[in-house]
Amino acid sequence: MIRRLLPHPYLSLVLIVVWMLLVNRWAVGSLVFAMMLGIVIPLMTAPYWPDTARLRAPGKIPAYLGLVLYDIVKANWDVAMIVLFKPRRALQPAWIVIPLELRQPEAITALASTITLTPGTLTCDLSEDGRALLVHCLHAPDPQSVVAEIKSRYEGRLKEIFE
Amino acid sequence: MEMIGEIIVSALLVVGGFFGLVGSYGLVKLPDQMTRLHAPTKSATLGVGAVLIASLIWFPTQNGDVTWHELLITLFLFLTAPVTGNVIAKANMHMNWRPENIPGPAEDTSWSTYAHPQHDRK
Repeated sequence: MIRRLLPHPYLSLVLIVVWMLLVNRWAVGSLVFAMMLGIVIPLMTAPYWPDTARLRAPGKIPAYLGLVLYDIVKANWDVAMIVLFKPRRALQPAWIVIPLELRQPEAITALASTITLTPGTLTCDLSEDGRALLVHCLHAPDPQSVVAEIKSRYEGRLKEIFE
Repeated sequence: MEMIGEIIVSALLVVGGFFGLVGSYGLVKLPDQMTRLHAPTKSATLGVGAVLIASLIWFPTQNGDVTWHELLITLFLFLTAPVTGNVIAKANMHMNWRPENIPGPAEDTSWSTYAHPQHDRK
């Protein structure tokens, strides 16, 4: 019964929080409306998202977000330095292939988004069978080390959170 | 208190402006479409982020209003930036690259943007 009414409990929770932040003023009426949205929207979109995301260790999400934020700041600086001071000729862009151990679509989405948000790398495509990601690097003299870093730094942590 | 707030906000605005400028300069300087894609999608995250944090500090220190909209803008930005980057990259792969020039995934498969749709497969 609960499963039928709330196909995506996390989505419902996020919708309620987002609506309350949008309203920006505490009122019981807004909370009721937020809860209505939190129930109706997941129900209407459920046909497009049939499987539920399983989270094994949601407690590790804040630490992961902190790590990603730190990397965004640090790597933004690196990209700025490349753009400003590296001559065009010295730039070595590369395509790299990252074999995936993650199988859950939600986990792969999280990994792909992380790769795009951390500067210097951009997720371009997923392989047909969903077992590899195509990533473009702005400047990668040693593509293998980039693959190893992404796998150990992000994929390992996401694997702990999701699977 | 107001003084400290103003100093922090000014510093953040300068940082945000700097990264925004570098992102735009990257668009001009980098050699091809794929590398050009890196500059704006990235520097934008920190540039816009710094401006949003500045706004988040400015309103409470000036007139005591707490507003959460900046947090939401950050959330939406982080959700949408990877999607736009991905779509532009795929368009680039079709317009300026041949599949042979891009390393492929494991044998018997290809990247999904080059694959033919198979309607019988679930």
